[in-house]
Amino acid sequence: MHDAREKLLREIQALEFMEIELNLYLNTHPYDQQALMIFRNTVQQRKMLLDNYERMYGPLTASASNSFPWPWIESPWPWEA
Amino acid sequence: MWVYEKKLQYPVKIKNCNPRLAKYIITQYGGPDGELAASLRYLSQRYSMPVEAAKATLNDIGTEELAHLEIVGTIVYQLTKGVPPQILEKEGLGGYYADHDRGIYPVNGDGVPFTAAYIGVKGDPVADLVEDLAAEQKARATYEGLINMTDDPDVIDPLRFLREREVVHFQRFGEALRIVQEKLNERPFYVKKPDYAKGKTMSNVSPAANVSPASNVSPAANVSPAANVGPMTNLSPFSNVSPAAEKKKK
Repeated sequence: MHDAREKLLREIQALEFMEIELNLYLNTHPYDQQALMIFRNTVQQRKMLLDNYERMYGPLTASASNSFPWPWIESPWPWEA
Repeated sequence: MWVYEKKLQYPVKIKNCNPRLAKYIITQYGGPDGELAASLRYLSQRYSMPVEAAKATLNDIGTEELAHLEIVGTIVYQLTKGVPPQILEKEGLGGYYADHDRGIYPVNGDGVPFTAAYIGVKGDPVADLVEDLAAEQKARATYEGLINMTDDPDVIDPLRFLREREVVHFQRFGEALRIVQEKLNERPFYVKKPDYAKGKTMSNVSPAANVSPASNVSPAANVSPAANVGPMTNLSPFSNVSPAAEKKKK
């Protein structure tokens, strides 16, 4: 069941995982410049992929909703397989 | 405040129903060492933390635990979806079905409902962080037990992810505790709440000016998660997904 949408979503999930890992690390190592650089790069990449995804498949946050009728309510919701 | 992203932190795609397993896994939703307890504990403890690193750590780990709560709810939902009530009853979910149908309700593996008694918020930074270290270990141990109870890779996969996150959280709380203790040791500091002496003049009160906490009482001295463990940027559970993500080495 690995279509293009799922594949792109997985990439975004992977980058977000990296982001949150670095976020937590930087909370207790705020002077680690290397980690900060990697964090910035990861955010940049993730934003790019997220833009692509939302343009093709709809909003992942309510505020990104940008079509008619109100797309936010559309399935699938995350707990649905 | 919180913004919701319409996806799970880690994918859950379960092909085979298993209500009996769901009955046990739900303990990580509403049980003593589950994600609801974790998120509520951390998000409640953060207000009274005196040190920025600890505030941020509690804030962000508490937020991540909400995402984990969602994953556990999803696992239970998918394991019971479409299962007829007779089978649910046979597999031990009769009482649960009677009260909640297919709803996801915060209980432990025996149907005992969630209670705030599962969490501690002492308002004391060292007490709170040490509780958090214990909480992460208990959660880790619980996930190991749940993983032991199944062979289904679709279920083991997200449980394993959640278990790994507990290990990382333990590491972060250890660092936050260290930072808090360093800050507390910086200069003499009242062990008791400073305002206990309010209303008394300086002549009839002798605050413990020479009592510096934690100088010879460092409870976490031998509770040191491995120092210098950086973020798992080269150990991503998504390592088979994005080549761009794999290039990130720390």
